[in-house]
Amino acid sequence: MTTTTNVIKHKRIYDVSPARKLGMGIVEIALSLLIFFVFALKTQAEHFTRFVMTPGGIDQGVMRDLVLPSRTTLIVLAAIVLAIGIYQLVKGFGRQTNLMVGVSAVALIFGFLVWQAAGMSLNLAGMLSSAVLLAVPITLGAFSGILAERSGIINISIEGMMLMASMAAAIAGSVTKNVWAGLLGGILSSVLLALILGVLSIKYKVNQTISGTVINIFSTGMTAFISQKFLQGNQGLNQPPMFSRVPIPLLADIPLIGPILFNQNIFVYLMIIILIVLQLALFQTRWGLRLRSVGEHPKAADTLGINVIKTRYMGVILSGVVAGIAGAFFTLGSVGRFDEGMTAGKGFIGLAAMIFGNWMPIGSLGAGLLFGFADAIGSKLSLLGSAIPPQFMAMAPYLITMIVLAGFIGKGQAPAAEGEPYEKE
Amino acid sequence: MTEDKKDPGVVFLKEINEPEEKPKKSFLGKAGIPLLSIFTGLVIGAILIAATSSTVWTAFGQGFGKGLAEAWREIITAYKALFTGSLGDPARMIRSLSSGDAVEIRRAFNPILESLVQSTPYIFAGLAVALGFRSGLFNIGVEGQLFIGAAAATYVGYAIKGLPVYIHMPLAFLAGAAGGAIWGFIPGFLKAKTGGHEVINTIMMNWIAFRLTEWLLSGPMTRPGSGGLPLSPMIEDSAKIPQFFASPIRFHLGFFIALIVAFLVWWLLFKTTWGMNLRTVGTNPRAAKYAGLDTGKSIMLAMTLSGALAGMAGAVQVLAVNHSMALGLSSGYGFDSIALALIGNNHPLGVVLSSLLFGTLRNGATRMMVVSSIPIDIVDVIQAIILMLVAAPAIIRSIYRLRKPKQEEPQVFLSGWGGQS
Repeated sequence: MTTTTNVIKHKRIYDVSPARKLGMGIVEIALSLLIFFVFALKTQAEHFTRFVMTPGGIDQGVMRDLVLPSRTTLIVLAAIVLAIGIYQLVKGFGRQTNLMVGVSAVALIFGFLVWQAAGMSLNLAGMLSSAVLLAVPITLGAFSGILAERSGIINISIEGMMLMASMAAAIAGSVTKNVWAGLLGGILSSVLLALILGVLSIKYKVNQTISGTVINIFSTGMTAFISQKFLQGNQGLNQPPMFSRVPIPLLADIPLIGPILFNQNIFVYLMIIILIVLQLALFQTRWGLRLRSVGEHPKAADTLGINVIKTRYMGVILSGVVAGIAGAFFTLGSVGRFDEGMTAGKGFIGLAAMIFGNWMPIGSLGAGLLFGFADAIGSKLSLLGSAIPPQFMAMAPYLITMIVLAGFIGKGQAPAAEGEPYEKE
Repeated sequence: MTEDKKDPGVVFLKEINEPEEKPKKSFLGKAGIPLLSIFTGLVIGAILIAATSSTVWTAFGQGFGKGLAEAWREIITAYKALFTGSLGDPARMIRSLSSGDAVEIRRAFNPILESLVQSTPYIFAGLAVALGFRSGLFNIGVEGQLFIGAAAATYVGYAIKGLPVYIHMPLAFLAGAAGGAIWGFIPGFLKAKTGGHEVINTIMMNWIAFRLTEWLLSGPMTRPGSGGLPLSPMIEDSAKIPQFFASPIRFHLGFFIALIVAFLVWWLLFKTTWGMNLRTVGTNPRAAKYAGLDTGKSIMLAMTLSGALAGMAGAVQVLAVNHSMALGLSSGYGFDSIALALIGNNHPLGVVLSSLLFGTLRNGATRMMVVSSIPIDIVDVIQAIILMLVAAPAIIRSIYRLRKPKQEEPQVFLSGWGGQS
């Protein structure tokens, strides 16, 4: 006798609307045509593109140069993207739709580089390495945003916190002649601003965007004030020591990946550590569940005995800690001194990366790397003598964010109770 | 999202039938919190001046009384410089008038007129933000709209030649408004059609505008012979908004245009059906929807008008003051204007008053820097503190032991982002 077990065949339905399936297919085919007609046809057949695969000045994890026939490579890339597009139109990738759009985008960027560097040599590894470095403040800014927003507090003052932290880190580092003290100083200053944001938004129930604006204006003014009053006349206050490159044993010897990821300064490793901790903490621990529940439905959370106010303060303060690290990066990990307005909107790009990454740590890292890469390409393009103005590359992150926000590439899901002050009844 | 306990329909009907019959408050009742905030902000600024002065610290080292005296002296010197630098020295004005020397008269009266010049772009930019707030929209993109507006005005100003003043000047000014309007329309459109939140979109549009103007000014719109510096050609004389007096006074017609525009914004918001629709969507979007108002259209209209006002701020700076465009066009008008709008209670008259205040402070700060070597940026710090106090009136009430008003002002509806609203 056979026991008939009702095997219910779970057919997971992934929500890809027909319109999106069609739209993404068309986008992919358009990209493929772009690669073929603009990149490939404008490249001379006999040209080769040489990619240097080791960043300059690094002797661990050396890799041979990659030499590609420019035009053939571009035609192959166009064919791959075309195949993806046709499959998307005919059958659809279902859950993998976004991934495939990503693959097409990477193919587009790679093709773009092959085209621009045809007949020349381009240090691809160096570019990736600087992209990782450029991504640090953006990604950390995004993490800072996630911590605040997952608890229900909009933080548009990441920029201001970073700016203040970069100055505090420079001063603290210069006075103590110790990098770690500098980092701590940066974090403390940023946490102080985060506390103000918290008190205004949570206690006084001020519109959170306005509280953020207060902090942004305050930071811009205060850093300029202190810089002009004290730093310019006294250079000793603005000469902090810097974190140097620390190769991680073994990992740094992996070709390509080693030099890019594991032969950097401490901020890159901090970024990776915070990523792992945050991803696990938010989604695998009771702490994360509480934080998220407060951001999604504070009333329900309160009913279950979670202290909404306390949890929100914690989210905002942790947001300040991470923004402080991001700010300290500018003075202690990148430039070595404080300049007025040196964060140059990186905090706002961080915000964009957070949205692009759908309020997820791992997604934000991806977005941060992409934006950092756009930055790195921008500065490399002018060196290659490209006709494309670097300003247009610099616009890309903002444009992409607007497109994402408009829901053209899958709608983001912001915490539901974000921006609303909590009133206990 | 935000729960409305009242029936939205009832709220809307009330809004229609008795639009202006809210409990009339005295001027002091309305302006009390902002005035006290401004006072407190200036006091904190004074403390900052004294606390960052090395002579004050040395004096405190010699004795507490001496320190206090020195701090007082320092603050008085700085604030005296601030006010003579922005309003002028009365004694000097009288002397110059009795001497009858034209140049001396102009110099004596220049400070107060220069304050008006500084206030002009703030009035436009502040109105832009206020109009947004009244319509329930947080236009944080004034800076970008201002840049695009300025670029459009500049282009029309130098590229079109041979027009008479009375056509060329208004044309260039309107081009600025149109440029800003387009830049404001895009996030408005996105909000109305896709729900993408305007705060994020306007921030993104700001940075796109900076990069775009940087490219325009160093590429297609560059001044021949500027050596790659981002700088536009000088505009034609016929495009210039006239200045009333000879150098050094820069006081110009734009100030009066700003006042007229402020009046028009007030009229639009409070005296027309369009304006009432905008405000209804702003204070109670659910009631507006219930009443059959097209909220999407209202959002797009508000953002476009707001952008146009911001564009005018850029245009007036180029056409009346700078006569060409460089990247340093704006010293952060965009974020300042948020503060100005809120300090002015998002009312056109309030915006004009707060713009006059901050134009004056900024103008005077230049003189204060020369006299007391206090960086101009102290104005930003004071502004941030005032904004904080205005936004959180509970702080001011607890400082000055004020009673809580019986009825809170109706809050403008500003939602979180992410597009669910």
